[in-house]
Amino acid sequence: MTASPTTSPRALAWARRRQSFARSWAAYRAQRTGMVGLVLLGAIVVLALAAPVLIDESALSVTQATGGRMEPPSLEFPLGTDEVGRSVLALTLWGSRLSLLIGLTATVVAILIGTAVGVTSGHIGGAYGWFALRISDWFMVLPSLVVAIALLAVLGRSMGTTILVIALVSWSGTTRLVRAQTLTVQARPYLERARALGAGHWHQMTKHIIPNVLPLVLASATLLVPSAILMESSLAWLGLGDPNVVSWGSILNRASDNGAVSAHAWWYLLPPGLAILVVVLAFMMCGRALEAVFNPRLRGEQA
Amino acid sequence: MTAAPLPAGGASAPPAGRRARRTSSGFGRYLLKHVGGAAVSLLLVLFSSFFIFRLIGGDPIDQLTRERPVSPEQRAAMRAEMGLDQPMWKQFWDYITGTLTMDLGDSFQYRRPIFDLIVERLPATLLLSGTGMVIAVVLGLWIGTRSGWRQGSRYDRGHVSTGLLLYSAPTFWLGMIVILVFARYMGIFPVNGMRSPSTPPEFWPQALDIAHHLVLPVLTYTAVVYAGYLMIMRSSILDEIGSDYLTTARAKGLRDDEVRDKHAVPNALLPTVTLVFLAIGGVVNGSIVTEAVFSWPGLGSLFVQAIFYPDRPVLQALFVLFSASTIIAVLAAEVLYWFIDPRIRKS
Amino acid sequence: MTLLEFRDVHVTYTGSRGRVPAVRGVDLKVEAGKVLGVAGESGCGKSTLAMAVLRLLPKSAEVTGEILLDGEDLLTMGWGRLRAVRWTGASIVFQGAMHSLNAVQRIGKQVAEPMLVHDRDLSASDAAKRAEALLERVGLPASRLRSYPHELSGGQRQRVMIAMALACDPDLIIADEATTALDVMVQAQVLQLISGLVKERGVGLVMISHDLSVLSSVCDTAAVMYAGRVVEQGPAHEVFARARHPYSAALGAAFPVIGDPASRRNPGGLAGDPPDPGRLPEGCSFRPRCAVAVERCAESAPELLQVEGARLSACFVAQEGEPVVLG
Repeated sequence: MTASPTTSPRALAWARRRQSFARSWAAYRAQRTGMVGLVLLGAIVVLALAAPVLIDESALSVTQATGGRMEPPSLEFPLGTDEVGRSVLALTLWGSRLSLLIGLTATVVAILIGTAVGVTSGHIGGAYGWFALRISDWFMVLPSLVVAIALLAVLGRSMGTTILVIALVSWSGTTRLVRAQTLTVQARPYLERARALGAGHWHQMTKHIIPNVLPLVLASATLLVPSAILMESSLAWLGLGDPNVVSWGSILNRASDNGAVSAHAWWYLLPPGLAILVVVLAFMMCGRALEAVFNPRLRGEQA
Repeated sequence: MTAAPLPAGGASAPPAGRRARRTSSGFGRYLLKHVGGAAVSLLLVLFSSFFIFRLIGGDPIDQLTRERPVSPEQRAAMRAEMGLDQPMWKQFWDYITGTLTMDLGDSFQYRRPIFDLIVERLPATLLLSGTGMVIAVVLGLWIGTRSGWRQGSRYDRGHVSTGLLLYSAPTFWLGMIVILVFARYMGIFPVNGMRSPSTPPEFWPQALDIAHHLVLPVLTYTAVVYAGYLMIMRSSILDEIGSDYLTTARAKGLRDDEVRDKHAVPNALLPTVTLVFLAIGGVVNGSIVTEAVFSWPGLGSLFVQAIFYPDRPVLQALFVLFSASTIIAVLAAEVLYWFIDPRIRKS
Repeated sequence: MTLLEFRDVHVTYTGSRGRVPAVRGVDLKVEAGKVLGVAGESGCGKSTLAMAVLRLLPKSAEVTGEILLDGEDLLTMGWGRLRAVRWTGASIVFQGAMHSLNAVQRIGKQVAEPMLVHDRDLSASDAAKRAEALLERVGLPASRLRSYPHELSGGQRQRVMIAMALACDPDLIIADEATTALDVMVQAQVLQLISGLVKERGVGLVMISHDLSVLSSVCDTAAVMYAGRVVEQGPAHEVFARARHPYSAALGAAFPVIGDPASRRNPGGLAGDPPDPGRLPEGCSFRPRCAVAVERCAESAPELLQVEGARLSACFVAQEGEPVVLG
């Protein structure tokens, strides 16, 4: 059989992917919460990227602070000042960059590990597969904050260790899902044909299994980012984050260390926390909408 | 004219005696399998703790002698005393046997056996987490049932939104806001701690004082945790709606709430119970953070304090304790499942 | 004495595809002590009709007309009265009893449940005794009271459903595909049991099935449904043996007669698929699959009219007195 000159197999595959993407997008769009979440996320990302343009980085400097100690909001400082006189608005805006960066990077690493373990566990199977699954289950049961604290206590505080540690406690959630999907894909006839045609393990995994596993992974990732952000903020608040980094968690850490609660400095406490809440909520809304796209039973829950 | 009853048809069941025996040996096998799995997991925890704190963490002597200059002889003496001059595998073996016999070493900070510290502080943690968990489970399951049963209703949408909102808020931040509002601004609850020093030492004043201090921490803790249970139960109920056995129940003349409570809920509880137990990790995390925010004198705040001292033996011991508790919780869930799901017992 | 009567019953579902009619004007009667069979392919509306009796359809279903049980209209009853009538006036034997029974509750408790619901003064032990008697009546040992549904075979579960349906001594029983999931031998036993009980207790029975062999063995009268309407009605053995509607004829021919070489060599059967209730053709809804259709069939839908004696048929060809099968 010869393909017609205008439609190569690759073009056909891409056309098929575009179609299925369009279908998924339509299903996603039908859900109000998903769209609200997406809009919120867009706004937050734009603000985070635009922070250097909107507010000069010098606003973060401790030595160049111009405000008084923990002053309530005023015209000059719309969200008041912190304990050294910096604008809380500036801090919160700048904090978005690192909070999001760490959350996203940690999620990517976690997804990479989880997908690799899941796909190999399902594809290679056997003793390795069983073992990998047990290890993944074991990781999942352990209390994530405890493990994170223990690791950071010995590894030291830096952005790198924070990302690594968060990834280590998060990767196992993806594994079972990916493994199950891998097994489903493996059972499909076209994979048998590929094998009969001499496809090696690597080819099977990258060309067949992974593309089919990706949509599921995407939905899972969207729900992993908020938990990574929450974990980073908790670790930073506990004082285990990178000391040179301004993230929402670190802002709140300084706030509580400097008696913001007893000073009734609500302007110092509310913005960073609300920012975390909004970002996490936005990701959760998108994540739930994505889940419903892949699991039609959940679609009934349109707010 | 009466028709004669037909002889019992279909597959024959083994006589009652044999069946009973098969069930109890079935449980024995089931239990053995899961206890074995838990034991392996616990060993892995011990290994990890040794790996993290000794192999990655490096020499504890450096830590201990950070602040004071120590002569080489003193160092050698300290090493011998702590058993650090032994080969690594021997240290590992000693560590395992020590932990299993509850000899957890001494705290650097308090210079007392860690085991004693744990025993002292455990009740406070159990009080906070226990109370919070009970309320969260009851609340979450109650609302989750009604929410799922009336999917899409205002009740459902309201509770799901509230739950999502609370779940998205960082626990420590919620705690700080709660303190700000109720303790600082309104002044009706204490700011932190478990007791006020000025309370008379008799039983009732002490108990009431502790209860007074318990309110805000439990409020914070429950607010974040109950939402998860709500969603789990709601999802389980949603899985049952539309099942044929519910139609049968309705056809028999049961009221709607009877159909829900006598038929849907028992079936929905099965996956819920498992998931609730599996979520125990979040419970431990939550209690650590809550104790830190409210300076509640439990194991969680001990853990956090130990980070910055740094009190590595305490960190190590509590790491093992927290991890072990989650593993045991999962084992408990598996055992419980045997008793609540009759279908498991068949195989 | 007419026990159950359907008068111009319509059931319409409102969903994402708009309004879909599942039952389009059904008039039927069931006499006490007699068995009415309702036959048809899946999607013809027979199960919907059955569920409509006790108002067990989802909220998206709109039911009009009248369904009279002993003269009382079930469709306009208040909820309290309806719940009281459920199971005591009429009960249902569902199919697929693995999912129709509560998997985590013991059999005895489920059989006894309706008794306790309808008689609040009954003690649990008395209810259990009655449940035991019912199980015995359907041929199950008392030890089964303590079993769970998954411990029983398909045939045993179906007997439990029958026992359960008898729990409150109803005047009417509706058996919705009650023997469908069973193998032939068990099916025969269950049918024998059902017809025996009907005669013994004088209840009315509505037997719903797509399997004509099942219906022909137990029913007194039969109604054949197609696309939400009754297309033929009459004494059961006549409807199945000498059909007066092309659909009934095709249904009958689709089942091979064992031992008849002619049937083996020329299997009957019906081409095409059952119609989509949301998109019914103009005129007679059977026309696209009909072998004897004439021009008139595309213009208007035939009414259910008497064609001979107690026989009713909704077919222009039959109403003209012509045969409804070719050859």
